[in-house]
Amino acid sequence: MSEYILEMKNITKEFPGVRALDDVTFKVKKGEIHALCGENGAGKSTLMKVLSGVYPTGTYTGEIIVKGSTQSYSGIKDSERAGIAIIYQELALVKQMSVCENIFLGNEKVKKTGLIDWDKSYAESQKVLNEVRLNINPNTKVLNLGIGQQQLVEIAKAIAKKAEILILDEPSAALTESETENLLQILKELKSKGVTCIYISHKLNEVFEIADNITILRDGKTVGTEPASEITENKVIAKMVGRELTQRFPRKEHKPGQVVMEVKNWNVHNPDLPELKLIDNASFKVRKGEILGIAGLMGAGRTELVMSIFGAYGTNVSGELILEGKKVSIKNPKQAIKSGISYVSEDRKRYGLVLGMDIKNNVTLSSLEAISKLTLINSNEVIKNTNQYVDDLRIKTPSIEQKASNLSGGNQQKVVLAKWLMTKPKILIMDEPTRGIDVGAKFEIYNIMNKLIDEGVCIIMISSELPEILGMSDRILVMHEGRLTKEFNWEEATQENILTYATGGM
Amino acid sequence: MGNAEINTIAKNNQTALGHTKSIREILVGTLKGNMRQYTMILALLVIWGFFTIVTDGIFISSRNLSNLFLQCAATAIAACGMVLVMVAGHIDLSVGSFVGLTGAIAAQLMVKAHMGTIETIAITIGIGLLLGLFQGFWVAYGKVPAFIVTLAGLLAFRGGVIAITGGNSIAPMNDTFKAIGQGYLPKINPGLPFSDTSALIGVVFIICYLVFEINKRRSRIKYGFEVLPMSLQIAKMVGFSLLIALVIGIMASYMGIPYAILLLIAIIVIFTVIAEKSTFGRHIYAIGGNKEAARLSGININKVNLGIFVLMGLLSTIAGIVYTARLNAATGSAGTNMELDAIASAVIGGTSTLGGAGTIAGCIIGALVMGSLDNGMSLMNANVSAQYIVKGLILLLAVWFDIKFSKRS
Repeated sequence: MSEYILEMKNITKEFPGVRALDDVTFKVKKGEIHALCGENGAGKSTLMKVLSGVYPTGTYTGEIIVKGSTQSYSGIKDSERAGIAIIYQELALVKQMSVCENIFLGNEKVKKTGLIDWDKSYAESQKVLNEVRLNINPNTKVLNLGIGQQQLVEIAKAIAKKAEILILDEPSAALTESETENLLQILKELKSKGVTCIYISHKLNEVFEIADNITILRDGKTVGTEPASEITENKVIAKMVGRELTQRFPRKEHKPGQVVMEVKNWNVHNPDLPELKLIDNASFKVRKGEILGIAGLMGAGRTELVMSIFGAYGTNVSGELILEGKKVSIKNPKQAIKSGISYVSEDRKRYGLVLGMDIKNNVTLSSLEAISKLTLINSNEVIKNTNQYVDDLRIKTPSIEQKASNLSGGNQQKVVLAKWLMTKPKILIMDEPTRGIDVGAKFEIYNIMNKLIDEGVCIIMISSELPEILGMSDRILVMHEGRLTKEFNWEEATQENILTYATGGM
Repeated sequence: MGNAEINTIAKNNQTALGHTKSIREILVGTLKGNMRQYTMILALLVIWGFFTIVTDGIFISSRNLSNLFLQCAATAIAACGMVLVMVAGHIDLSVGSFVGLTGAIAAQLMVKAHMGTIETIAITIGIGLLLGLFQGFWVAYGKVPAFIVTLAGLLAFRGGVIAITGGNSIAPMNDTFKAIGQGYLPKINPGLPFSDTSALIGVVFIICYLVFEINKRRSRIKYGFEVLPMSLQIAKMVGFSLLIALVIGIMASYMGIPYAILLLIAIIVIFTVIAEKSTFGRHIYAIGGNKEAARLSGININKVNLGIFVLMGLLSTIAGIVYTARLNAATGSAGTNMELDAIASAVIGGTSTLGGAGTIAGCIIGALVMGSLDNGMSLMNANVSAQYIVKGLILLLAVWFDIKFSKRS
């Protein structure tokens, strides 16, 4: 038997018009953590879908060998039987069910009578929850858990299935720093118990923290597999994008002008639990032609702060909002847009796009009034404006009549951006502007931001990625539990001092 | 997105920019893009062909087709509203009772209160708008799901019908009122074997269509957009003109265009414009596609939802007037199950039950499919049970076909 627990040889998978995987070879040793890196669309997810049987044998060419024997899967069940468990970015838990029910979903412990053995299920789920160091009652409903805890439940579920190969697809995308740290720790522990892990992530610092080997995919081809100890982060990026990126953040000197927006004594209460204060007496200013970064941990209230300014967060909001010297009251997004505020949300699929609509209808959605007469839309103006944004933002699409759901993450983000730019905002709020998009597209988004600043727009950027905050902002506000705890100029900020204030330290 | 994909896209762009798209490519492209509509038209033609053969040609006679159009009219009018309701992600179960109630109110006003046709229609429409407003209020501001609000409407409005009619039919209506449901455009020259006024209207329709197409082409050229090659443009214009001529011709060669069909055509045009060209229409599609994104895009969701149900109320009322006029009476069971026919028409015509997608043109084809099955099977003397079973199966097949097809693409 070879040293490899998993070998995928010469895998080629085609979709109509696209070769998603082109002769990919991917080998994983037993008991290692193997990272799979590549830009969006490089073929990582497709490769994992081939491995997990989502694309059954016969729909691709090539060979999958697990523990020395060639596999043939007709569905996910078959790959699970071979000991492969995959945990997707969008967690696949039934929120209304308990942790225990979820762990054994589709794999229920039954008595001889055919009825579910709840006592045994309960006991065993407690055991696997211990393994992932999740100290919760197995009868807790999943909807009461945080994202980080849900992730661990997914891992517990995989352990309960006796998975030997655990695949994690962007597991830390929605996790806080400490949750991520905890997750990585648990993966290391599982590794010591002999579980093999395939770790897919855009976040190279995590990859380098835990991976033994790194395989890089580009455009559906294997670029190479290297031991993590013999390659650097920049080399990996270079291999991913196929060229050396000299700088990840195109910092340009901005010349902030007069104050455009001022927020004074801003308070926001939870719409469901009015006694819970989410934003506590926040005050800040934004100047023309600057990028104001807002850093903080997940749950610090950054999104609630900007959404409430945008008029989209409950009604339990108090404080003063001054735009260009005039006090305004914004009760809903429509008024915000009219006042020149736009909000690019953190979740483009849920809050940004109408996925079933085409690009042109998405781009013009917030500006229909400007291109209509007597509420009748001028469809030529729709096409003209959309074409212009497709050119300006370099949205890659065969046609502006392409549905938003068919675009890659980076291009979807650009469509959302186009929608908001078309409203001609003075203040553009960007919540996690580059979440889940690849390095190349990130760089383009940064360039667009710089261009907007040159045009006199001011940008408020929320980001959980500290390098992004440090690399792009002119000023940085740090939030902790609903309060603004510190303001930095970008020159004086470091990852360490931001984190100190973000975690409540002084 | 991989480079391979980008390359193909780049190539596509080149062809688009270089105007080198062949006529064949354009045809295949449109066919692929509108597969759903074309298959439904094809299915309709197959159904018509089948009934024509089994009824020895009676089905396809201009007399029968004119009747068929007239029978469909009330359902088709309601179905136009149902498309908007369903695109926004709601449903309206109250249509049948609504039609019955507004019909009963109209009959009561005319027969018992001796009002004229115009007052009757005006008051009935006023009441219909209020009822629509009432349902819309509960959906939009009361946050009660439309399924429940309109289920309540289905029960309550039917109660209203029974209270007004007292279980008897209220009849007869005025001749002018009756004409809305059963009258035809009068001829100028009664000696002709066909309706001259209808033929004239057909010509007007064709001219309007041609002017519209030419203006659209001019405006696209002005903006520098791609237009169809001249040969295809002319073929398209000739084709659609012939289609209009055929449909109007069928009616003209019998008794002329029924008033109800003129009304329906007006409603189709107005609602297509609302759905596709108005900001209100775009907002409906956005709400149905992604409510949260719509809200954050500055759309006032409550107002749009209210508007949808007011429009639905208006269309249900018009359907009620047409229905009552055609039967020349209001009865306790008038309109029963019409909501189901309207929903089925919309769904067969491609409206998504989940919201976000659907067209007025599609639902008219759907209404014709449903109406043709009723009409054709009556001609065959098939009993009512068979009609229900066949209609049910066709609905099931249409949606199955859609799901299977859309998955593949």
